Amino acid sequence: MHVDRYERYWMWAAIGMLVLFTGAIVITAVTGAAHPPSHTEVIDPETLTVAGEFATPGVTTHEDGRVTVSLRAEFYVFRPEHVRVPAGVPVTFRITSPDVLHGFQIVGTNVNLTVAPGYVSQATTTFDTPGEYLVVCNEYCGLGHHLMQGAIVVEPGR
Amino acid sequence: MTAAARLVLANVWVAVVAFALGALMAVMQALARAGIELPFGTARLYYLSVTAHGVLEALVFTTFFIMALGYLVTETTLGRIAGMQWAWAGFWIALVGTLMTTLAILSGTSTVLYTFYPPLEAHPTFYVGATLLIIGSWLWSAVMIGSFRAWRAGHPGERVPLALHGMLATVAVWILATAGLAVEVLVFILPWSFGLVDRIDPIVARTYFWWFGHPLTYFWLLPAYVLWYTVIPKVAGGKLFSDGLTRVVFVQFILFSTPVGLHHQFSDPGIAGGWKLLHTFTTYAIMFPSLVTAFTVIASLENAGRARGGTGLFGWLRVLPWRDPFFAGVALSMVTFALGGFGGAINAAYAMNAMVHNTAWIQGHFHLTVGTAVALTFMGSTYWMLPRLTGRAIAFPRLATMQPYLWFVGMQCFSIPSHIAGLMGMPRRVYTGEFQGVEAAQAWIPLVNLSAVGGVILFVSAMCYVGVVVGSMLVSPVTAREPFEYAEAMPSSTPASPLWDRFGLWTAVAVLLIALAYGPPLYHLHTMTRFPSQGFSPF
Repeated sequence: MHVDRYERYWMWAAIGMLVLFTGAIVITAVTGAAHPPSHTEVIDPETLTVAGEFATPGVTTHEDGRVTVSLRAEFYVFRPEHVRVPAGVPVTFRITSPDVLHGFQIVGTNVNLTVAPGYVSQATTTFDTPGEYLVVCNEYCGLGHHLMQGAIVVEPGR
Repeated sequence: MTAAARLVLANVWVAVVAFALGALMAVMQALARAGIELPFGTARLYYLSVTAHGVLEALVFTTFFIMALGYLVTETTLGRIAGMQWAWAGFWIALVGTLMTTLAILSGTSTVLYTFYPPLEAHPTFYVGATLLIIGSWLWSAVMIGSFRAWRAGHPGERVPLALHGMLATVAVWILATAGLAVEVLVFILPWSFGLVDRIDPIVARTYFWWFGHPLTYFWLLPAYVLWYTVIPKVAGGKLFSDGLTRVVFVQFILFSTPVGLHHQFSDPGIAGGWKLLHTFTTYAIMFPSLVTAFTVIASLENAGRARGGTGLFGWLRVLPWRDPFFAGVALSMVTFALGGFGGAINAAYAMNAMVHNTAWIQGHFHLTVGTAVALTFMGSTYWMLPRLTGRAIAFPRLATMQPYLWFVGMQCFSIPSHIAGLMGMPRRVYTGEFQGVEAAQAWIPLVNLSAVGGVILFVSAMCYVGVVVGSMLVSPVTAREPFEYAEAMPSSTPASPLWDRFGLWTAVAVLLIALAYGPPLYHLHTMTRFPSQGFSPF
């Protein structure tokens, strides 16, 4: 099959562009640990409000300064609704749902998780800038979907 | 009117009615989001209308219009649709399914959006109706394949007509796509919906849904490409740049449309990152045939422009038939698809996706792609198809000429602010973006208002389209009927190897690719300890 010279140039340019894109993705994934959240922990959605980590969700500060925040996303609220964390240290968010799918998106950051019953979603981030961050649910979950709202208050580092 | 024309028009009628109802749902959302007080402005009706808009436009309008195009191409390239009774059976089954699902949505018992992610639980009628729509489309697929095989038996060794080649690729993509949906609905959702089992795993269901959900977009796009490649050069007065490469492009869609779906689940728990990275690569691979399409189709249009006497580097653009609503619709679709395609490259980017996942960016993205590149091409093709089927002239020709431009302007006005608001963090599909007036949410308001203006312009354009179609079908006088003609290839275009016409072979390779891309993550999901969930109907 004859392929026109200019079309051949174009095809090589297209391949070059796609290699560039995928190359950038692989390099940032390997060197910068830029991965999507892919935690594979499971949990029973029917008992998680009774006992354990998600029965009393909240902030835990570890000895080395790292912070873990456990949350529940449920019909139409994040628990806890308000979270205080320090700036400049790695904060790991762990979140699950006792009912339907929800989203957990911290506006102004790249923390953006699907929250599913039966699974624990997890993401770690470091807040450099103190202030109040809005948390929204971005997966339709019922008629109160737009009412789900949380706040992360990032306090200046100690 | 011939028997084939009646079949095509029946499918077009359902598509256009679904489109009109879906458009009405959309303008209500636009006005509600802009904060305009409406008597129906409740959260319940808002989410109901989002569900109805998604199902009617993305599933009903597209599927019926594509079935119409498939029959039209079969009849005009092969001269015969084999198994007309099965084609009509498919039509009626799909129509009954559509009515069941639509009634389930409008009754307020199935506000689960068009993605119907479990454990959100709709009324069983919703799932049964959707299943019938798909079964009807399978009968369409069978009639398409049967017609081709009947023709092949009498024409051994002949090249498949190019337009039909593209439609058969569409059929192959559809069968591969709906296999995933069939597993989700028949194995998991229907038994759960009928109470035979109590629980369902949301991540397993989502994985099968997106096995279907991404090739679904190529099921929409491929028929539009068929029109871009094989009809538009003719409408513009030119020739197709390359017949051989076009066949290679269509086959690439069969191969790479399906093993890509995990890029919709980058944010999901339960699926390891390595599989998401693999699907990132295949998603970038599927961009290649679209990039080739950009060259081939534009080169064909340049050929047309020069044949019309256009000279110079860009002079050929000016002389193209910009007042022909089919041509204008397709040209504006191409511009829009270029923007949408680059947005898609961002959506597919493994880690960067977190910046846009489920934000307003996504609704901006797919309104450029399916909402314009596909829908505006289909609308334009209606103006080409109807007079040739019925012998009636296009009614309200000025309205028809204006309609694609209105759609283009309305869509940019809707989509660009949606992209920006999404980057600023605004979630999609929310009844209100107020969030108690917090500062971050305040910044979204002017963008939402601009989107609403776009929504109203789009609605006006949609009503122009519906008016022209209804007028052309019912009131226009019967005049001379022009023939359906497809573009010839340029003399410099040499044929591709007959290998590229072997649909069974390429579909088998595609099945292998799907097994490689989906086998391990699905095996892992199915064998790990899981806690499936009971159903909820919070609407």
